[in-house]
Amino acid sequence: MMWKRLLTALFTLSTAAGAAAQEESSGFNMTRGVTEISRDAFDMHMLLFWICVAIGVGVFGVMTWSLIRHRRSRGAKPAKFSENTTVEIIWTVIPVLILVGVAVPATAVLLKTNAEAPDPDVVVDVHGSQWKWEYVYPDEKISFVSNLASDSRDASQLNAKENPADTPNYLLDVDNPLVVPAGKDVRLRITSDDVIHAWWVPELGFKRDAVPGQFNNADIRIDKPGTYRGQCAELCGSGHAYMPVVVEAVTPEAYDKWVAQQQQAAAKEAEQASAPYNFEVAMKQGKNVYESACASCHQINGKGIEGAFPALEGGKITTGPVEGHLKIVIHGSEKNPVMQAYGDKLSNRELAAVITYERNAWSNDTGDLVTPQAVEAAR
Amino acid sequence: MSQTADSVVDQIEHDHSHHGPRKGPLRWLLTVNHKDVGTMYMVLALVALLVGGVMALVIRAELFQPGLQLTQPQFFNSLTTMHGLTMIFLAIMPGLTGLANWMVPLQVGADDMYWPRVNNWAFWMLPPAALMLWVGFFMPQGAPGGGWTLYAPLSSTYAPPSIDWVIMAIHIMGISSIMGALNIILTILKMRTKSMKLWDMPLFTWTWLITGFLLLLAMPVLAIAVTMLLTDRHLGTAFFDATAGGDPVLFQHIFWFFGHPEVYIMILPAFGIVSEIVPAFSRKPLFGRTSMIWAVIAITFLSAIVWAHHMFTVGLPVEAQVLFMYTTMLIAIPTGIKIFNWVATMWRGSMTFEAPMLWALAFIFLFTIGGFSGLMLADVPADYQYHDTYFVVAHLHYVVVTGSLFAIIAGVYYWLPKWTGHMYNETLSQWHFWLSAISVNVTFFPMHFAGLAGMPRRIPDYPLQFMDFNMVSTVGAFVFGFSQLLFIWLIIQTIRGGKKAGDRPWDGAKGLEWTLPSPPPYHTFTEPPSDKAVHEEGPHGYH
Repeated sequence: MMWKRLLTALFTLSTAAGAAAQEESSGFNMTRGVTEISRDAFDMHMLLFWICVAIGVGVFGVMTWSLIRHRRSRGAKPAKFSENTTVEIIWTVIPVLILVGVAVPATAVLLKTNAEAPDPDVVVDVHGSQWKWEYVYPDEKISFVSNLASDSRDASQLNAKENPADTPNYLLDVDNPLVVPAGKDVRLRITSDDVIHAWWVPELGFKRDAVPGQFNNADIRIDKPGTYRGQCAELCGSGHAYMPVVVEAVTPEAYDKWVAQQQQAAAKEAEQASAPYNFEVAMKQGKNVYESACASCHQINGKGIEGAFPALEGGKITTGPVEGHLKIVIHGSEKNPVMQAYGDKLSNRELAAVITYERNAWSNDTGDLVTPQAVEAAR
Repeated sequence: MSQTADSVVDQIEHDHSHHGPRKGPLRWLLTVNHKDVGTMYMVLALVALLVGGVMALVIRAELFQPGLQLTQPQFFNSLTTMHGLTMIFLAIMPGLTGLANWMVPLQVGADDMYWPRVNNWAFWMLPPAALMLWVGFFMPQGAPGGGWTLYAPLSSTYAPPSIDWVIMAIHIMGISSIMGALNIILTILKMRTKSMKLWDMPLFTWTWLITGFLLLLAMPVLAIAVTMLLTDRHLGTAFFDATAGGDPVLFQHIFWFFGHPEVYIMILPAFGIVSEIVPAFSRKPLFGRTSMIWAVIAITFLSAIVWAHHMFTVGLPVEAQVLFMYTTMLIAIPTGIKIFNWVATMWRGSMTFEAPMLWALAFIFLFTIGGFSGLMLADVPADYQYHDTYFVVAHLHYVVVTGSLFAIIAGVYYWLPKWTGHMYNETLSQWHFWLSAISVNVTFFPMHFAGLAGMPRRIPDYPLQFMDFNMVSTVGAFVFGFSQLLFIWLIIQTIRGGKKAGDRPWDGAKGLEWTLPSPPPYHTFTEPPSDKAVHEEGPHGYH
């Protein structure tokens, strides 16, 4: 089965040069994408590609001719020359002209790509963190976390039972995609909460690093509605391959509807968060917090990943004394920086809820209810 | 038996120039002989090539198909990180330094290096540094996985304890490089035989002279970068910690101010090797010799002002992006001149295709392909797409593997008869070449497509549309890796015996090294070479 696939692959790649030369996206070439930026990048790419092909044909042609004709076995006698000023000037000047010819359009495109829209219709703050994206719409007061879809996660485990080939959009699917209106100016303000990540969707035509402590702006206008997929492009730790970017561009009407829905859901959540705190409420709220903040490492089922992320089900900390559990969630792990300090990221109530959830979900059943007051005391 | 005064002098000189190496196991530890040190560098490079190669094969095996079959992601990241560090600092750099140790004194008619004992130290710092680098694999949280570029904060705050060992290993390797570079510079400038003018030096020596200065510029900067990482980790500084007012991008500026010259540290001596071999097997003087040297000097200058082209996506001001795009494009001009000159050297020559020439030709073809992708990467709007994808992985391997490594292998085949006194097995060497030259392209060419199709680098698992490219790459990598066992066997065979190599096994080769016997005596040029020899072996010797 594998071998058959391999043979097919070898065959397809042997005809690859021809495929790459075709200007439409063939799976071998850069995508033309769905923004002006991506089309410009593609055009620059093809311009350079053809220039390289032309130079290559010239240089390799002369070289091959020489290799065939000027060999001793054909009785070639060596010439004595070792200089020719005219030739040397020509092959210095021609590359200069070619480079100027490339630099002029490249500069124009670069300036255009980096130009900011005067008044963007939608602003989204994009926060990278190990290993998920958080999208915040400051004007609409919406925010949510975008995690790798759980079927991809299951199939991506070492020696998983699930087959990646049977998983739709394997490693390119998320629970909550970024939703933006097509045909409108959207400003992304990209940053990171921990290490450097890079936000990239090939069809949008650029990638920008998510750097802690700075916002990198990217203005996009997507031509047509659709779902566009990409991945984190900057090495960010063990989950680097598992934080895809999915953008859903929808019609402006659908976008307005989506915003309204999100705001209603947020209102409901706020209501839940302000409901009197008891075990049932804590478990409900804790589950939400867990799935957005903890599950990308410790997994929805709490079993973690062997050799990388400890299991919380039956874990020493999650079923041991509450003090230890509070300490590691609020202050992070001393031994392993991957377990961050969540004290600054979550409120007392969220922390209390998620710890309560971890101590009672799955088979943990400790019966403990951790209160926001206990969290405050442990800070 | 009575002796005349003359014969006593003869006897002493005879002893002096012909006494051999120290007997017993301490020979290699205590040797200050440039040939012994050169040999040790080459052996270390070969060992590191195998270690780094095994890491690469595990990486390729994991990437053969989607899903995880062999490694956990963190271990995979450790492998990519250690593969890069091992190949750069322990295989390519020592390989080139080993060639310099062996050949620079012979090419300039010096009896040894300027500081023989420093030479011994510079080498012997490397094996412990190698162990410190690799020990992380056996430490609790494994070897660092933040990439060989060690970007903060992933390689500072977020790194496992083994990063401290890596930082110290880099310091030691850096000190070793600086000592080696000074030694080579001083040997060339102070010990060059009197009648050899600077401009008449062989190209390999010329490129190493310039590389020496580039090392002196770059290595201290790397030391600064990793020291700042270390103090961020342990002394409470926050150079790169944004939560305390630092800037992670600062690390990248410092690192690449070292990192880009480093690329040229690995390629300039390779240019030198190819510039020796192409004329030898074309039986024609190097075309445009002076412009070749000026091109190297120009590349060296430019290499120090292009560093931010590794950082086009970090959010630099657009003016800076334009500036670094221009300086990067400029490098194409002197590099192009070098390629054109090699082609012109072959033009109307009388070529034969023994192993050194085959590897040098493969270098010219394939390094040029790496140069093309480099030109494409310089173009910022397109780089927004290429950056951090397999397109970059393809580019850098065309430059470092089919560039630097191929040139080192070419140099080994070229000088091995001189070192050992034996010819290598030509048939086997042709097998080695063709297997390597084909499989290296099967490995790295599909990576261009994978990158263009959107595959990020440094991922242990990937979406299904990249599967075909990765399968083919993996097959190529295994063939390429195992082909190098042929190379090792060939070297062992040649050391042990084989057809006697004459003083000048290549009839077109020029250079003082070819006036010596093969193998050369333990001490050479205790008498400086004659003016006539210097002239005949120099650039004017062809006429």
